[in-house]
Amino acid sequence: MTDTAQSSHSRSLVRGEQETPLLAKRRKAEKRFKALGLTAIIIALALLAILFYSIVSKGYSAFAYTSMKLSVTFSEQVIDPKGTREEAALRGASYGSILRDALRKEFPDVSSRSDLRKLFSLPSKGAALELRDMVLDNPDLIGQTVTVEITANDDLDMFNKGFIKRDVAEADRRIKDQEIAWFDQLDQAGGIELKFNSRFFTSGDSREPELAGIWGAMVGSFYTLLTTFLISFPVGVMSAIYLEEFAPKNKFTDIIEVNINNLAAVPSIVFGLLGLALFLNVAHLPRSAPVVGGLTLALMTLPTIIIAARASIRAVPDSIRNAALGLGASKQQMVFHHVLPLSMPGIMTGTIIGLSQALGETAPLLMIGMVAFIVDIPGGFNDPATVLPVQVFLWADSPERAFVEKTSGAILVLLGFLVIMNAMAVVLRKKFERRW
Amino acid sequence: MSTLPLIIFLLALCSVGYWFGSKKALQVSAASGQAMGRPHQFGMYVAAWGLLPPLALAVLWAAVSVLPMDAEGAISQQVNQVVFPALILLSATLGLYLSIRKISPELRTRKTLERIVLAVLILASTISIFTTIGIVFSLLFETVNFFDKVPVLEFLTGLNWSPQTALRADQVGSSGAFGAVPLFVGTLLITLIAMFVAIPLGLMSAIYMTEYASDRFRATVKPILEILAGIPTVVYGFFAALTVGIFFRDLGDAIGIDIVSESALAAGVVMGMMIIPFISSLSDDIIMAVPQSLRDASYGLGATKSETVRKVILPAALPGIVGAILLAVSRAIGETMIVVMAAGFGANLTLNPLESVTTVTVQIVGLLVGDQEFDSAKTLAAFALAMVLFIITLSLNVIALVVVRKYREKYD
Repeated sequence: MTDTAQSSHSRSLVRGEQETPLLAKRRKAEKRFKALGLTAIIIALALLAILFYSIVSKGYSAFAYTSMKLSVTFSEQVIDPKGTREEAALRGASYGSILRDALRKEFPDVSSRSDLRKLFSLPSKGAALELRDMVLDNPDLIGQTVTVEITANDDLDMFNKGFIKRDVAEADRRIKDQEIAWFDQLDQAGGIELKFNSRFFTSGDSREPELAGIWGAMVGSFYTLLTTFLISFPVGVMSAIYLEEFAPKNKFTDIIEVNINNLAAVPSIVFGLLGLALFLNVAHLPRSAPVVGGLTLALMTLPTIIIAARASIRAVPDSIRNAALGLGASKQQMVFHHVLPLSMPGIMTGTIIGLSQALGETAPLLMIGMVAFIVDIPGGFNDPATVLPVQVFLWADSPERAFVEKTSGAILVLLGFLVIMNAMAVVLRKKFERRW
Repeated sequence: MSTLPLIIFLLALCSVGYWFGSKKALQVSAASGQAMGRPHQFGMYVAAWGLLPPLALAVLWAAVSVLPMDAEGAISQQVNQVVFPALILLSATLGLYLSIRKISPELRTRKTLERIVLAVLILASTISIFTTIGIVFSLLFETVNFFDKVPVLEFLTGLNWSPQTALRADQVGSSGAFGAVPLFVGTLLITLIAMFVAIPLGLMSAIYMTEYASDRFRATVKPILEILAGIPTVVYGFFAALTVGIFFRDLGDAIGIDIVSESALAAGVVMGMMIIPFISSLSDDIIMAVPQSLRDASYGLGATKSETVRKVILPAALPGIVGAILLAVSRAIGETMIVVMAAGFGANLTLNPLESVTTVTVQIVGLLVGDQEFDSAKTLAAFALAMVLFIITLSLNVIALVVVRKYREKYD
């Protein structure tokens, strides 16, 4: 800056006049152009910020849930009339009626049928199961009256977190004035609390937003990614080794080269159709299973890994190769004992980046039926499963307001994993980077 | 026996073979007093002989079981459960036994081993070809089936898309209409909007980053911008559907224009946002590759920086930038999740960005998610659409490569 200022100053001294209009115009154009570039960057950064803000502000509350304190009487008549304390009997008892009694006791002046129904729906549909688990854990509860904490339903949860506003007209909100009155009564008695939602991380999908969790999707993602890794990593590294170290330069290897570059640009949904046709219709592998998802994603990730591995192998200097060969190693010994170990950090970096793309991929998995609603935690490669991004897609489609929060929460977890994976790649690169 | 235990058992068997092989090699070498290869090579040799015959058998088996066979599913089930594992294990044992017997001072194992390794390497590198062949054939097969039911001309030029085929023949709209033009137009519209967002933003940020920014600015901002490329598309889809779509709708309400919440505009803008880093980092590399001597010459003639960029650098970098844009277009055409979540399913033939349109990828998802029999025109249509998608994106990529390679200005 100082340079140009000085030169224009000295020039004006020489010529004894101000800047010409043309020069002023060009200076202005220069400034405009620079500002334009900066604006573009600022807009792009702002878009990113808006994206993150909108996800975080919608999603952080998914990590908490609303619990309500109720004084519940675990009546022996209802739970275990025979007094046998057998697990089957305890399991089968009607905890719903215990819950209803507790609610009726809390709000004795509610009497009409429809009001009662509304009252009984305040706790989550899973609340009765929570009571059951308490009894199964500690059968001594039977016959006592204790204050317990149960999960509230999703509407109450949304209201408590402030996503449903009080000042909206009653007809426009999911939670009615009367329910708000009950909520306030419980709240004033100290019965409403916001607690850490461990269920979100430990349970599978559910139709009830307050019961839904991402553990099932995380386990599914794990099995899928493991399959992807087990296939794409060895195959990718082997083809990179062949193409870099052994392949003669002929038509055949040319075709392979062009092919790999082209495959990297094929839309992901086409890989999904390939998986559908090949693995489901021809090979008859199970639908919705991580093994099929993993195979499909492996074919997709393969070009990324091959390209990265080749670059990394190429970076190993020839002096290493010549030294090994000079000591009498065979070509394969040279590759497997010297070149491959030296290029491993680079290969790992590329693999992690490829896998992190695979982790975020959704479209091909829709094609092979991984969009099913699955409650159970998958126990293996052949069990029906879903993965994190597909879970996000499924929840984003759900009509309940509370699922917006869950979706954003799941996205936050997904982004967290991606950040960890990319950080790992960066650390690997930093730690093992070597300039020859 | 199911697959996983079988594989584990086979591997265990081969480990035992490895152990026996290396042990016997030591013994033979000691007994004969002759120099031999290293014992572990003999172990590997034996293990390879334990693995290869079962592998060949498994491939053969898979090829046979894929072929369409008549009935007798029960028998083949039994065969699969009992006979196949027995054959596998038998062949493995036989291979191990024979190869252990062959161990002698004259046996040269390394050559054989290296040949096997090389074969495996070649096989691995051909998987990419098999993948391509698999894609082309699976698409082609179903596409041909589809064109048996729907004429090609109707598919490529028809203006009406409603793939719902009725269950009964006498229902209204029982035949379905498969004119894909609305889908092509919808895809084109959304891609255009995306490019309107991505090209100026991406290109201008690349120019600023290479020509104006300080090293520190570049080092911080560039990785942040590249985060945009690493975000899963399903996240963009959610953002487009829930934040941007609603925002545009409310904005339209405020100024009195009718904008649907699943507008092409919302999907296109968010897709453009996703593509920004794609264009910016590709153009960045290309602009960086323009030699400094060109810039210096331009400055020496008295041009300002912006004049240099516009009149010297951009023309020099143009082929590369065009290539980058073509790649970005092909990516936008193939993008699925954003449009599935933020654009509609209704096939409107319109160029109005404020209305809802549908795209090729959306329809593929719509046609294939859910249960349906595999020979209806409805399902097959998805494969025909995918074929079109595949051809278009692939040709765009090839053109991009050719443009970059052929028209790149070579200085130096």
